[in-house]
Amino acid sequence: MIGKDLLAKAGGLVLLAVAAIAFPYVFPNPLVTNYGVYAMIFVAVASAWNIFSGYSGYISLGNAVFFGSGAYAAGIACRDWKIQGDAIFALLPLAAAVGGAIAVPFGLIALRVRRHTFIVITIAVFFIFQLMAYNFAFTGGSTGVAAPFITWPAQTYNNPFYFMALATAAGTIAVSWLIRRSRFGLRLRAIRDDEDRARGLGVKPMRVKLSAFVISGAITGLAGAIWFYYLTQVQPPSGFDPLFDLTVVLMAFLGGFGTISGPVLGALIIEPGQLWLTAHYTNGYLAQILLGALFLVVVLFLPRGIIPTGGELITRLRTRGRPAVLPPAAAPRREQGTPAGSGGAR
Amino acid sequence: MARQIYEAIADGILVGGVYALMAVGLTLIFGVLDIINIAQGVLVILGAYLSYSLSTRAHIDLFVGLLITIPAMFVIGTAVHWLFIRRLRGGERTSMTLLVTYAVALIIEGILYAVYGPNYVELNASYVTSSVHLLGFYLPYIYIYGFILAVVLVVALYLLLYRSRFGRSVRATMQDETSARLVGIDVNRVSALTFGIGVAVTAVGGMVYGATSGGFNPNSGYDLISRLLAIIILGGLGSIGGALAASVFMLTLESLVDIWSPNWAIVVFYAALVLVLVIRPTGFLGRKAVRAQ
Repeated sequence: MIGKDLLAKAGGLVLLAVAAIAFPYVFPNPLVTNYGVYAMIFVAVASAWNIFSGYSGYISLGNAVFFGSGAYAAGIACRDWKIQGDAIFALLPLAAAVGGAIAVPFGLIALRVRRHTFIVITIAVFFIFQLMAYNFAFTGGSTGVAAPFITWPAQTYNNPFYFMALATAAGTIAVSWLIRRSRFGLRLRAIRDDEDRARGLGVKPMRVKLSAFVISGAITGLAGAIWFYYLTQVQPPSGFDPLFDLTVVLMAFLGGFGTISGPVLGALIIEPGQLWLTAHYTNGYLAQILLGALFLVVVLFLPRGIIPTGGELITRLRTRGRPAVLPPAAAPRREQGTPAGSGGAR
Repeated sequence: MARQIYEAIADGILVGGVYALMAVGLTLIFGVLDIINIAQGVLVILGAYLSYSLSTRAHIDLFVGLLITIPAMFVIGTAVHWLFIRRLRGGERTSMTLLVTYAVALIIEGILYAVYGPNYVELNASYVTSSVHLLGFYLPYIYIYGFILAVVLVVALYLLLYRSRFGRSVRATMQDETSARLVGIDVNRVSALTFGIGVAVTAVGGMVYGATSGGFNPNSGYDLISRLLAIIILGGLGSIGGALAASVFMLTLESLVDIWSPNWAIVVFYAALVLVLVIRPTGFLGRKAVRAQ
């Protein structure tokens, strides 16, 4: 039974991977692959957000700090070291390193406090970074930084970006999966359930939280650099965008907070939707109002997200209304969000 | 130089008084409902736009217009509570309410953009443009009037909280919701009214902000809310005295740094928050101090 399940899952994953790789060849129109590039970037950042916030329960509204810093790091390095052409992509590890390095002092300060105060500190740090980007000379002030021009043919210009973003997204999902299965992931979730009790059981909360925060920051920084090369410019309000923070949180909540596939699904729904809205209604206000309304609907009516709620529904259908395999009292915390959206049966 | 410092301190105290009023609303909501209302910033801007419409369309004086905008903001506040906040229960309530109020902020901002557009506007009146000569420098009358109004309202809020039956039930709810329920307090009603009052003060805050900030647009809410959050965290969440002290302290600090470099003034503002929290994670007057009152 378990073998069959595993086989189905593996088959589903292979199918998804083939579909993702074939996407730019099936739809070669740059207008369509554009959606793919953004969707993959956001799959990566939403999963990265989830690795820290989803597993530990500490909601960060400051991940744009890493995203913008990664973008700026790549841009400033290209400008000052005069790097051009395809060599600029060698700077992606640098962007990840910058994102991770910023997460260390950020985390050491913010992770001392919990709940509201933590969220507010992440917002405050976010604004400090945006203001610094405006005020420092090396960030180019309000004009920002521009990326070097890449001489790729216009028809397939998007494809390398798509595959880079896809690889980042796949890597992030793999990291997310590995963490969830590991002792480290168990410690993180123990902190989410009850930090004081976890400490009593021998978990070192600061070390665990900070490690997850750094991993999340590094991935987000890397994705920020790809985004920057693709967009070819970054300014303080676009690199450090308050809407970015909220969108990422919404993606994770829509799909399923703390699950592996939830943020992926959320990103695949929201990012193309947002792009479509901004493309079709030139004033961005409608998109913003709809985003807010969607957020309200999700939080009020679907607070646990599509994946857990859908998973339960499938389980109920499979077991034909009989109680689940384990009685609730004896069941450990349910494994939600196994890959490829399979039901919660175990 | 001495006069500049003098002026900066006066400015910090006067503007700080108005921020105190907005922050008291925010910290009051936190104390009773245990939620942070991220929409507070954009609600201030909404209040400013309401004053703007009343003064430009209907030619109603800014201060007289408050008689209309305060009840309007109160109704909006109770409506937000009734529609969205009331429904949230359970363990993740804290983060959920934060996200809900953030979403409300986004929607209001979007509507303000659609109605008023992205251009900066400013509230105008005779007392906004004319100044009084005071101790060697000029100060627009609006700063003084705004400060006096803010002080009057903070005192009124204080009396409401500490000298009335309703205030006693609010404080009881702040201290222990379950026990408050047990002694017969209608916690839902107290919560709705508190949220309404906390939002109603943004009408005043918005009017004074709109007249003194040198222009605002729908996007100004982000700047405001991040400052207000810094203030209430610094003062200690749920502490009204702390919010007052932190407002005056932060705004004075900002206007002092402003003499040296306007660009870095606001960065110092947040850096002060981070520094204080490293030393004292509960802020100036933490929760314990509130209980002792």
